[in-house]
Amino acid sequence: MNPELQGRTFAPTAPYLVGREKVREFARAVLSTSPLNTDPEAARAAGYGDVVAPPTFPIVIGELTLAQLLAEPDAGIDFTRVVHGDQRFSYTRPIVAGDELTATLAVTSIKSLGGHSMVTAESTIVDGTGAHVVTAISTLVVRGDE
Amino acid sequence: MSDLTVGEIIAEQTYSLSRDTLVRYAGASGDFNPIHYRDDVATSVGLPGVLAHGMLTMGFAVQPVVDWLGGDSGRVLDYQVRFTRPVLVPAEGESVVTVIAKVGALDDAGARIDLTVRFDDATVLGKAQVRVAL
Repeated sequence: MNPELQGRTFAPTAPYLVGREKVREFARAVLSTSPLNTDPEAARAAGYGDVVAPPTFPIVIGELTLAQLLAEPDAGIDFTRVVHGDQRFSYTRPIVAGDELTATLAVTSIKSLGGHSMVTAESTIVDGTGAHVVTAISTLVVRGDE
Repeated sequence: MSDLTVGEIIAEQTYSLSRDTLVRYAGASGDFNPIHYRDDVATSVGLPGVLAHGMLTMGFAVQPVVDWLGGDSGRVLDYQVRFTRPVLVPAEGESVVTVIAKVGALDDAGARIDLTVRFDDATVLGKAQVRVAL
């Protein structure tokens, strides 16, 4: 893949409105049993404005930034050869239903390792006021020809 | 929680994954890569079979910690994993994944919880660490 991608920053994604039903759907899909993820009353009793998204929820927004990366004409990434290497979420505050989130992707590192390429991309997610919510850091391994 | 000690097991849970679980996660997450539901596509790209989304495994592996926090997922400050091995999920039946959550470190702000996630006698996540506020 193209080493010149390193350091590239993409345009912010269109605002993503976090819906209560989407949070519930995602919570069920990751086998959550927490009422704070599904019941607005339970979430409010715990001090949140609405249902709280599970810790890995930002990956839903990550799909939007991944699409940006794969669509980059000079990236040279064949999606069928992509394997998820590692993932991290660093929060300033939790995501709750009603948040309007915008993600800005930056490619922070590209390395070659034994015919494979490893691309690390950092997605900085902010709310409607521009305040930081969470940063999602993904390393993708692009398998070389074997 | 002030009497926590490093090395202490705080939660242990078993999860059963079927193809239904994978399809549900595909829909909820938006990751429709067919290697997570079609055997023919999985084998055509050299995989031994359909496998769970790594992000699904990451997603449920933290749940025992969330339960331990009284369901307050908002107290998870940082969560990272390395995907080391796939979890294969057969067309029929279920794949059983076990999660053990242990106190890795303690400080004034909270704790680092280390996860051991196993399937088929092997760990599937490496360096799986959850920072929580206590």
